[in-house]
Amino acid sequence: MELIFGLDVLNSTIRLSTPLLLAALAGLYSERAGIVDIGLEGKMLGAAFAAGAAAFTFNSAWAGLFAGVAVSIMLSMLHGFASITARGNQIVSGVAINFVVAGVAILLGQKWFGLGGRTPQLHGVERFREITMPGSEALRDVPVIGWLYSGILSGHAVLVYMAFLAVPVTWWILYRTRFGLRLRALGENPAAVDTAGISVTWGRYRALVVCGLLCGMAGAYLALGLSAGFVKDMTAGKGFIALAALIFAKWKPVNVMFAALLFGYLEALGIRMQGKVLPLIGEVPVTMIQALPYVLTVVLLAGFIGKAIPPKASGIPYVKER
Amino acid sequence: MADQSSKMAPAIELSGISKSFGPVQANKDIDLVVEKGTIHGIIGENGAGKSTLMSILYGFYHADSGTIRINGKEIKIPDSQAAIAAGIGMVHQHFMLVQNFSVLENVILGAEGGAILNQGIALAKAELQRLEDDYALDVDIDALIEDLPVGLQQRVEILKALFRGADILILDEPTGVLTPAEADHLFRIFEQLRDQGKTIILITHKLREIMAITDDVSVMRRGEMVATRKTAETNVEELAKLMVGRSVLLRVDKKQATPGDEKLVVKNLTVKDDRGVVMVDDVSFTIRAGEIVGIAGVAGNGQSELMEAISGITKPESGTILLDGKPIDVNGSADPAILRERGMAHVPEDRHHVGLVLPFAEKENSILGYQGDSAYTSGLFLQMDAIEADAKEKIDQYDIRPPDPGLKAGNFSGGNQQKIVLSREMERDPVVLLIGQPTRGVDVGAIEFIHRRIIEMRDSGKAVLLVSVELDEIRSLADRTLVMFAGKIVGERGPDASEGELGLLMAGINDSEKAGVEA
Repeated sequence: MELIFGLDVLNSTIRLSTPLLLAALAGLYSERAGIVDIGLEGKMLGAAFAAGAAAFTFNSAWAGLFAGVAVSIMLSMLHGFASITARGNQIVSGVAINFVVAGVAILLGQKWFGLGGRTPQLHGVERFREITMPGSEALRDVPVIGWLYSGILSGHAVLVYMAFLAVPVTWWILYRTRFGLRLRALGENPAAVDTAGISVTWGRYRALVVCGLLCGMAGAYLALGLSAGFVKDMTAGKGFIALAALIFAKWKPVNVMFAALLFGYLEALGIRMQGKVLPLIGEVPVTMIQALPYVLTVVLLAGFIGKAIPPKASGIPYVKER
Repeated sequence: MADQSSKMAPAIELSGISKSFGPVQANKDIDLVVEKGTIHGIIGENGAGKSTLMSILYGFYHADSGTIRINGKEIKIPDSQAAIAAGIGMVHQHFMLVQNFSVLENVILGAEGGAILNQGIALAKAELQRLEDDYALDVDIDALIEDLPVGLQQRVEILKALFRGADILILDEPTGVLTPAEADHLFRIFEQLRDQGKTIILITHKLREIMAITDDVSVMRRGEMVATRKTAETNVEELAKLMVGRSVLLRVDKKQATPGDEKLVVKNLTVKDDRGVVMVDDVSFTIRAGEIVGIAGVAGNGQSELMEAISGITKPESGTILLDGKPIDVNGSADPAILRERGMAHVPEDRHHVGLVLPFAEKENSILGYQGDSAYTSGLFLQMDAIEADAKEKIDQYDIRPPDPGLKAGNFSGGNQQKIVLSREMERDPVVLLIGQPTRGVDVGAIEFIHRRIIEMRDSGKAVLLVSVELDEIRSLADRTLVMFAGKIVGERGPDASEGELGLLMAGINDSEKAGVEA
């Protein structure tokens, strides 16, 4: 029990969920506006590299975050140019971004730092450090509340709190603002937006800026929060798990949070179970646990857990009909 | 009256509008004047350039040349925003609605009244209520679009335009999806709008609607504006002549049918769609050799599902089908290929997605479904020479233009695409011919040809099942007409049934006592 629901596991669930949550929310803005984003992985990786490099160079985590977000938004605009302006295939563009970033990051890393593609180890203010929430020490010994507040909620990097705050904010933007109304309409029927006299192109680019911003935060957290610097292939499929979480959550913000937490938990559990021998089972097959997010998503897509209906116009370039 | 209107600037004045798409000139030097507070019809065949002209007016396309005056003032309309600002609203043929949005959300989209929705919503609700009351346009503003029938969805489109302050409303083929009763209601709304000073442009290819509702009518033909008339001073024959440039036979000449043996027997057929909704509900009928049985009905009442089940594309829930006296294994081995071999030819309703492979050459399309036939293959390979010769023969017989078997199917006009499908299915000498929407999107010249071919098929002893949403087509071709409503056959009528009688049946109103359904 302690192994499965212990403080350690739950605490690292929060940490490991954060990049998934940020990336999945990024994908949500993009896909609800009708742009399929399979390039979350690449954008996150690019952002992680830029964050690691900039944080080291300028000796500041915030500079790292800024650089990560900037690179991610640039990549997002590239995707936008390919899929909105040039009306290209969105899957191809996304996959291309993933490949290009994986190569370029290591190339530049080697050229700049000569460490085989990684960025130098970050220390002190170069990283986002844990924030101890007020009163958490005092409450530590109070049963339940202390366990939850001091043990799990307190002691994370600022990006973790920003990620979870982004959930209600996204909900509010999506359902309570003009921007959100138009964004959702873009993903369902762009022609309705066009005939209402609003630019489809501009609307979709704006959604991709938000996507780039959140994805950049996800990447920066990987390099500056979870680790202390960028290493080769450090996203390790997190962009795809985030995409799976987005589908699992049926493109709804609050669901996205729960999906990210679930997948983050599975990851935390996988790490925790490494090399453990359980009675009856023997050595825990960690790869099985790691594969669960994908398995769950496939099961969902096969229609066993309700139906995941994507935004109707996603993936289709908007062309005025003749 | 004439005096008054001459003093008032016309609502719309177009002069010299031209527009080309590549080599195709969609609009040639068009002049049009629409007076304020009138209902102005624009009529023409499919592809005559009506929709293009209105899209220019709504800022969807840019005219290559020409000027637009609204209320006497010359303006430029670079985009839809500008058209809306000029007081123009448009209800498109395919509704521009977001299906999973509420009515309210759809109406305010693009006119939200502030960055945060709450600010505008209260005002929008009040304004919508006023519009609904003023124009008898009742809709539940919190309902989701996907839950509304098409008639109500159309009202939402009209509300959308009015909400944006439109004084000029353009409606593109608004009655295509409506029952006769719904269409009548729509016309009453038009009259109400006109009486309150709105100007309405009605684009249609249905002469009946022009005569019933418009004050003025302009006729377009092949991209040109050929005439404008006061509706009261013209008649159906003149308009039809103007539309096609020659007189057309609205009725097809045909002999009395001489029905022979039962060729297709459908008994208690029930079909569900993939959501599990019953689309065809316990339907039974018989078609004999040498007769055409028409199935009339508003689109979406189960005709498509009936066709798909009979042709073997989908499996019915229950029921039996006999083809040429022998049963079809509807739940087992019956698939379109086997049924074709047994003499069931099928001209599908949706030729773009089911009937043809648009990126394939004409000759390849002309053997689709029969590609395994020994005439076209030797061993593993297709006999391209034989296929080409065969295609050329069909092109000659069916006057398919351009006569190029190597041209992609997608590059033929609608009428010629339909001829490709018809030649493929008819030349197989079938026992039963299923035809869905034979003249949808087909020009008038080709319609005549297709109708004549269908009659010839009947006269050569085929059993023909004709499904069409065009009542005129059913009435001129069918020897017996079955009317489908909500999945059931609600009535059968002979060739002399009046339009009104069939219209009532199509709306599900079964007034007559003799509404016997043949078992």
